[in-house]
Amino acid sequence: MQLSMAIRKNYGSFTLSTDVTVFGDRVGIFGVSGSGKSTLVSVLAGLVEPDVGEIFLNGECLFSSLNGINFRPEQRRIAMVFQQHCLFPHLSVKNNLLYGFKRCPEKYRSIDFSALVEVLKLEELLGRGVTNLSGGEKQRVALGRAILANPRLLLMDEPLSALDDTLRFQIIPYLKSVSSEFGIPYLFISHSLVEMRLMVDTVLAFEKGVMVGQTTSEQLARNRMGSSQVGYINLLKLGRPSDEGSLYAYPWGAARLLLSEKSERDESVAELSSKDIIIFKQHPEAISARNLLQCKVCSLFSSGRRIGVELDCAGNTLISEVVQDAVNELGIVPGSTVFAAVKASAFRILPG
Amino acid sequence: MIPLAPTDYDAIRLSLQVSLAATLLSLPFGFAVAYLITFVRFRGRVLVEVLVNLPLTLPPVVVGYFLLLLLGKHGWLGSLFNAAGIRLIFTLKAAVIACAVVGFPLLVRSMRIGMEGIDPQLINASRTLGARWYDTLLTVILPLSFPGLVAGSSLMFARSLGEFGATIIVAGNIPGVTQTIPLAIYEYASSPTSETMALSLCIVSVAISLVVLFLHESMAKKMARKN
Repeated sequence: MQLSMAIRKNYGSFTLSTDVTVFGDRVGIFGVSGSGKSTLVSVLAGLVEPDVGEIFLNGECLFSSLNGINFRPEQRRIAMVFQQHCLFPHLSVKNNLLYGFKRCPEKYRSIDFSALVEVLKLEELLGRGVTNLSGGEKQRVALGRAILANPRLLLMDEPLSALDDTLRFQIIPYLKSVSSEFGIPYLFISHSLVEMRLMVDTVLAFEKGVMVGQTTSEQLARNRMGSSQVGYINLLKLGRPSDEGSLYAYPWGAARLLLSEKSERDESVAELSSKDIIIFKQHPEAISARNLLQCKVCSLFSSGRRIGVELDCAGNTLISEVVQDAVNELGIVPGSTVFAAVKASAFRILPG
Repeated sequence: MIPLAPTDYDAIRLSLQVSLAATLLSLPFGFAVAYLITFVRFRGRVLVEVLVNLPLTLPPVVVGYFLLLLLGKHGWLGSLFNAAGIRLIFTLKAAVIACAVVGFPLLVRSMRIGMEGIDPQLINASRTLGARWYDTLLTVILPLSFPGLVAGSSLMFARSLGEFGATIIVAGNIPGVTQTIPLAIYEYASSPTSETMALSLCIVSVAISLVVLFLHESMAKKMARKN
């Protein structure tokens, strides 16, 4: 997908102004509340008309104030998954799913209904009304409905923010798999860095209606480490755990981690804050933390008043944060060997 | 058993006929005006709102008089109909028009409340899923504003049953032709010997209104549960 936007929309005290060209099928729009993310999405979908500018999607002009072009929402083939599911309450799950499909010109109807229902695990729900579905089920139906319209771009406007933590991480695999399975590029809007890193490759960061940067989700997380209260969140892919005394031992690549939390799944993702990793220059004689990992320092980066230390732990990457004084005292330089200590309780297994 | 004269049965039949016709006639216009006021931003929107609600605040006699001027033989509309061989004044059609005009604000108000309750994001969702505006109107707005439509229709029907002032001006009080229940009661009440007959029709009027309002309430509750 190639998307070019050079638009301006003024709302009196707030102005959205952006001039960007972005490539890629997994693009994120990141920003705090009021940064203009949702306005941008509405503009792209054709629900809000910009004051001036141009929008091109894969070379086709969707809007041009200069040439008087403004495709209506139904002409754009840009579907949306909203923050609130926005399912039609008077229609069944099946009829909700088929709403966009029936209105999609036949030449574009390439998504197989049964295949989608299978991927999203909606078989049991088809005959039901939508009002009594759980939050996660509603969002899966909303996703399926948007995909079945076979859009050339899928806009996901904070689709996880109305869900609790457990549902949030249950839905993410569906969002990702549906898009890749059916080859539909998406624009994912969120104010959560973790969601960004799980969902997208490229991120457009917005502040007060202005785009302030185009970067990778990984780089964005590193840049924001110093200003974030939770630091940088390491996302660790863990294998199936085994009992180890009162703790649980998880394979982590070639390494092994001890966690106090148990997962029943074969694969899990655990969060670990950069603030929860203590670095030792030498192997400590005795320590209460149950994970002591020998690591090689790959690189250092600064973020605000913090220094991020990128560590290589048996082929896995870990980001720890320290202050400049600690870097000087410990003599942390790229290539040096250090020991990272992490308490077993510092990890948080993401629900899924 | 309530004593009723043959003309009373005519009045009951005419009342129901006029109320039903006025409600059905107003439905498409009411829906269009409610849609316009709720969803379309245009200059003069406030003026439209004021004009729609005007019959609610004016004395029905005033509305009737204006209708008489408009629909009379030499009136702006009346002359056109007259040229086409259609007489409106002092006919059942005039009674229907009078009821439609007086009850119209209630219909629009209820429909508007129904439409304002629709989440705008549902309309946006429909548009981004490929529906044109009229498709969205028929498949999202109409079904979701149905409770308002039913509520408005029943209110208007009930209001039409009680319409008197405008009707007597434009349709007169002709037994068996334009005499509805309120007009018949008025005639009985004007005569010192027809007190029982007036009371009988009053009881009939109350009974019909109660049935309509009970239906209105039960349907409104049913719709609320459904949604």
